[in-house]
Amino acid sequence: MNLLEVKGITKVFGEGTINERTALAQVDLELSAGDFVTVIGNNGAGKSTLLNCIAGVYSVDEGTIMLDGRNITKLPEHKRAENIGRVFQDPLKGTAFDMTIEQNLAIAYYKNKKRGLQPGISAKDRAFFREHLAMLEMGLEDKMTQKVKLLSGGQRQALTLFMAVIAEPKLLLLDEHTAALDPAAAATVLSLTDKFASRKDMCTLMITHNMKDALAYGNRTILMKSGKIMMDISGTEREAMTVEKLVEKFSIESDRMLL
Amino acid sequence: MMTVTALLGAIELGMIYAVLALGVFISFRTLNMPDLTVDGSIVTGMAVSAIICTKIGHPLLALIGAFVGGALAGLITGVLHTKLRIQAILAGILVMLASYSINLRIMGKTPNIPLTKSETIYKAADALLPPKYAGIAVGFAVLIVVIIALYLFLQTRLGFVFRATGDNEDMVRACGVSCDAMKLMGFALSNGLVGLSGGMLAQNQAFADINSGVGMMVIGLASVILGEVVFGTKSLGRRLVAASLGAILYRIILSQALYLGMESTDMKLVSAVIVAAALALGVIGEKGVKIRLGMKKGVPQEKRADMQKGAEGGERI
Repeated sequence: MNLLEVKGITKVFGEGTINERTALAQVDLELSAGDFVTVIGNNGAGKSTLLNCIAGVYSVDEGTIMLDGRNITKLPEHKRAENIGRVFQDPLKGTAFDMTIEQNLAIAYYKNKKRGLQPGISAKDRAFFREHLAMLEMGLEDKMTQKVKLLSGGQRQALTLFMAVIAEPKLLLLDEHTAALDPAAAATVLSLTDKFASRKDMCTLMITHNMKDALAYGNRTILMKSGKIMMDISGTEREAMTVEKLVEKFSIESDRMLL
Repeated sequence: MMTVTALLGAIELGMIYAVLALGVFISFRTLNMPDLTVDGSIVTGMAVSAIICTKIGHPLLALIGAFVGGALAGLITGVLHTKLRIQAILAGILVMLASYSINLRIMGKTPNIPLTKSETIYKAADALLPPKYAGIAVGFAVLIVVIIALYLFLQTRLGFVFRATGDNEDMVRACGVSCDAMKLMGFALSNGLVGLSGGMLAQNQAFADINSGVGMMVIGLASVILGEVVFGTKSLGRRLVAASLGAILYRIILSQALYLGMESTDMKLVSAVIVAAALALGVIGEKGVKIRLGMKKGVPQEKRADMQKGAEGGERI
């Protein structure tokens, strides 16, 4: 069954002006439950626009977006967030920096619950957070009352990732979420990503500039160029794919993507 | 040093301004948006309070009305900002301007309503308690209720997302909450408290005046910053108490300035100087933080940058 169904979405920026640019042109994409799709492409290929259109940051000019059988094309960003978890490239964007770790987790955890005058965190949920934070293996479970601004970028991004999946979304959107981290922290966050993305009732879209990671993680890779999906590989075809072949095939110029 | 009576008077007035300071704290610190509606909504509070006192003769209902009146003014600023996308500061200025006409209408087109012949909570308290302390007792009772209510509210699920809105709107939206709704609530709550403070002020001084709102936002700001500099920002509870104590301290400084022979017409200048001085103190304190951080070994570059970012943006809750 398709969890995410994107049909013919088009997004034009600055329509009718001299700066008019088609960021997405009739893009179709289908993801089944359990899919972990990596997205590659040059700068300006439309990768981030695609994720932002699905998340509701931008409204699309044409096409429909269905998530879990529900048409979400017209829903505002915060309504779509009920079923979508997101991690941004900038580690500062995913958390409220002047609040504590447990407060941030609580905000994410109650995503689909009623937010009224109940206690911000119950003792039961605190125990639940502690138990699951330990799985990140970063020692965060002992710092739950510490403000997030005191964490390193890697710790923060791991926390954001955990916050993105804690309310069990149907779709996880990762926009170069390891690009701002040092190699060691990036590796840790990636392996956590792999662990979280293995959930069977969710699908994942991960943008990366690292082609090796794009082929190593997940079960499917798509390549975007000029607002279109130019390649969509999985299974044996993907196993046979190498970074060199990709470069040859699509004349990717960015050095950064080879690293 | 000023007389004991003057000091008690300053504290009594300070308690009222503490409620204003808490209102400003909500918009300025929690939502991270300076809101100029205050200069208008405080007069709305005064006007509603005075009218209910004179026409209905129920001073407690008058305070509730003052809160609601202020909250409505804040709500309009919120709508201008969130739905019509007008900059927050400009939206506040617009509502401040418009509220002058509205307030005059509430007051029945007279610029001044005396409450000398009407019942007020202060007069009621004078009859029950020694008059010297009755005013302070009334202010203290209201202030304590407001602080506890705010403290409890900011610890709820709703309070958490409300606080996060001032920190990081992207994160709040990604967590399924409409930032617009949070801002609307914040503007209403903030100006509701400002209106309540105005309502108390009118009953305390036994008149409501259409022109008494000028500079109130600065006074609230002065109190918040003074409180932060003097009493600290360590925890949420402490920050609420600090803002309140800041307001009282501010009134004491003002009455000391009067005692030292300054004209009462110069008080607006004194207010502005206090705000400038308190803000400058903040900068000096910040430099201190930077120097200490710089010397400490093993603080990662990015963490240091974050800390500075936090310091520059001012601590928020």
